[in-house]
Amino acid sequence: MAVRGTSVLTRIAQAIPVLFGVIVISFVLTRALPGDPAVQFAGIMATPETIEETRAKLGLDKPLPEQFVVYLGQLFQGDLGQSVSTGRPVLTELTSRLPASLELTLSALLLSCLVAVPLGVLAATRPGSWVDQICRLLVTMGVSLPTFFTGVMLIYIFYYLLGISPSPLGRLDFIYLDPPHVTGFFLIDAALVGDWETWFGAFKQLILPAVTLALFTLAPIARMTRAAMLSALSSDYIRTARAAGLGSGRILCGYAFRNALLPVVTTLGMVFSFVLGANVLVEKVFAWPGIGSYAVEALIVSDYAAVQGFVLAMAFLFVFLNLVIDLAYSLIDPRFGTSGK
Amino acid sequence: MNKILSSASETSAAEPGMADAVIDVTQPAKSRSGGFSHLVYVLRENPVTAFAFAMFGVLIFAAVFGPSIVPYDPLETNAASVLQPPSMAHWFGTDNLGRDVFSRVVVATRLDLVISVAAVALSFVIGSFLGAIAGYRGGWTDITLNRVLDTIMAFPLFVLAMGVVAALGNSVANIIYATAIINIPFYARLVRAEVNIRRNAGFTLAAKLSGNSDARILAFHIFPNALPPMMVQVSLNLGWAILNAAGLSFIGLGVRPPTPEWGIMVAEGANFIVSGEWWMALFPGLSLMIAVLTFNLMGDGLRDIVDPRRRT
Repeated sequence: MAVRGTSVLTRIAQAIPVLFGVIVISFVLTRALPGDPAVQFAGIMATPETIEETRAKLGLDKPLPEQFVVYLGQLFQGDLGQSVSTGRPVLTELTSRLPASLELTLSALLLSCLVAVPLGVLAATRPGSWVDQICRLLVTMGVSLPTFFTGVMLIYIFYYLLGISPSPLGRLDFIYLDPPHVTGFFLIDAALVGDWETWFGAFKQLILPAVTLALFTLAPIARMTRAAMLSALSSDYIRTARAAGLGSGRILCGYAFRNALLPVVTTLGMVFSFVLGANVLVEKVFAWPGIGSYAVEALIVSDYAAVQGFVLAMAFLFVFLNLVIDLAYSLIDPRFGTSGK
Repeated sequence: MNKILSSASETSAAEPGMADAVIDVTQPAKSRSGGFSHLVYVLRENPVTAFAFAMFGVLIFAAVFGPSIVPYDPLETNAASVLQPPSMAHWFGTDNLGRDVFSRVVVATRLDLVISVAAVALSFVIGSFLGAIAGYRGGWTDITLNRVLDTIMAFPLFVLAMGVVAALGNSVANIIYATAIINIPFYARLVRAEVNIRRNAGFTLAAKLSGNSDARILAFHIFPNALPPMMVQVSLNLGWAILNAAGLSFIGLGVRPPTPEWGIMVAEGANFIVSGEWWMALFPGLSLMIAVLTFNLMGDGLRDIVDPRRRT
C-alpha cells in the first residue's frame, strides 16, 4: 500500500514539469513570436501612443525572462488577462463556460464507451463474423468523418427532415429557464431540483452534439478494445481458464476483459486529445455556449488573450485528465506501478 | 505546387516496390520486375487497398487537372440561379451566390491536398532530422527532445494548432506551419526509436570501422531503415492533416471565403442546412471524407505490406 502511495505521488510529481512546459509554450506563443503583441492587445483602433501605453502596461518593454516571471506570477493569481471583445477577465469567461463543454464532452465519451467497448468485445469474440465486419466498417468510417460535417448532416436529418430534435441553438431552448446553478451541468442541476421538464429539454439539446462527438471517438476505442481483447483471449491464462471449465461469461468479463482494459484506458488518453479539439468544431456547429465557441469567436476578432487563455486551459485540462487516467491504472491493474521503479 | 503533389504521388506509388526491394536485396537485377509483380499481387489480394490507390489517383487527377476541366468558373457568381438543387446543368447544385458547387468541390481538391502534403512534408523533414539526431546521439540531446515533444503532446493537438495560428497570424501558410508543428512529435518519435535500436548494430559498427563519418552513417546507413514505417505514418497522417486543415478553415482560420476549400464550403453550407439546402454542405463534406478515407485505407494497406504483424 505504501509502495502504491509513493507511485501515485511520483506520477503527480511527473505532471509538474509537463505543466511548466505547457506554460512556457503558451508564453512563447504569446510573447516571443514575430509580430508585435502590443499591437494585438491594443486592438484594431490603436494609435502609436496607445500601443506604447499598452506595451508599458503589459510589461512588454522589459526583457523576456523578466516578462516570463511576471507572466508566471499572473498565472498563479489566476489572471489570464482581459478579453478585448467582451471586456471581462478571460478566467471568468472560461470558468462560466467550462461546465457546458465538460457536460458535452463527458456525455459524448460515456456514450461512445457504452457503444464501442461492447462492440469491440463482441467483434473480438467472433472474429470474421458480421459483428466484426460492422466493427471494422465503423472504425474505418469513424476516423474519416469530419466532426463538423457529421454534425451538419445530423442537423439536416433529425431537425429538418424528421423534425424530432430541437433547433441546434445552444444548451436549452429559450422556453425553459436555466436550472439553478449548482454544478453548471444542466442535466445534474435540473435533476437536483427535480425539474424534469427542463431536464428533458436540456437532454434533447444535448443528444445531437453528443452523438456527433461520440461517432468520432467510437473508432479508436472500438479498435483498441477489439485488438486488446483478441490478444487477451489468445493468451495462456485464458486457455487454462477454459481448460479448468470456467463459464464463458466468467472468462470473458473476469479474466479477458479485465486484462484488456489497460490498453483501452490508455487509448482514452489519446481520445481526450481528439475530443477536446473536436469539441471546438461541434460547439461551433451547434452554437453550444462552451469554451470552444468562445475561443472561435475570440479567434475571429483576433482577441489574443482569450485564445491564449483557452489554449492554456485546454492543455491543463488534458494534462489533468491524463493524470487521472494514469492514476486509474493502479486501480484497474494492481500490478501496475508496484514493480519497476 | 504541382511539383509537391507529383513527388508525393511518386513516393507513395513507389512504396510497395520499395518494401519489396528491402526483402529481396540479394537479387538486385530482378527486383524491379519482382517489385512490380509483388505490387500486382498485393493489390489483387487486397481489393480495398487497390481501391484506395485508385481513389488516390482520382484525387491527384482532380488536383492537377481540376481547374481546367470543371464546367464553370468556381468564383463566378450568378444571381439568376441561386440555391438550386442538383440538376443536369449543376450536378451538385448551386450555392447562395449562384456558384456551381461541383466546380468548387473539384477545384478545392488542389488547395486541400497542397496544404496537407506541405504540412506532412515539413513535419516529416523536421521530425526525421530531430529524431535521427536524438536517437543517434542519445544522452542529453535525447532527453531534451523528449521533454519538448512531451510538452507538445500535452496540448490537445487541434487546440494547439488554433493557438499557433492565432499567434502567427491568420493565413494559409500559417495553417501549414501549425499542422506541421502538431505532427512533428509522431515522426520524431518514430525515427528516434528506429535509429536508436540500430545505433550499435553490426552494420553500423562496420560502417564506422570503414571510416564513414557519423552524419554519413546516419543518413545513408541507418535512416533508410526507418523509411518503411515512416511511409505508413505519412499516409495515415495525410488524412489527419486534411481533417485538421479543413477544421481550421471551418472555424474561419486560414483560407478566406471566396476561395473554394472543403472546410469553408461546409461552413457556408451549414448556414443553409436548417432551411433544407443540403447540397451545399453535403458534397464538400463527402469529398473531404473520401479523401481522408483514401489516405487511411492506403495507410492500412501500406502497413499490411510493410509490417503484417501490426495488422489489427
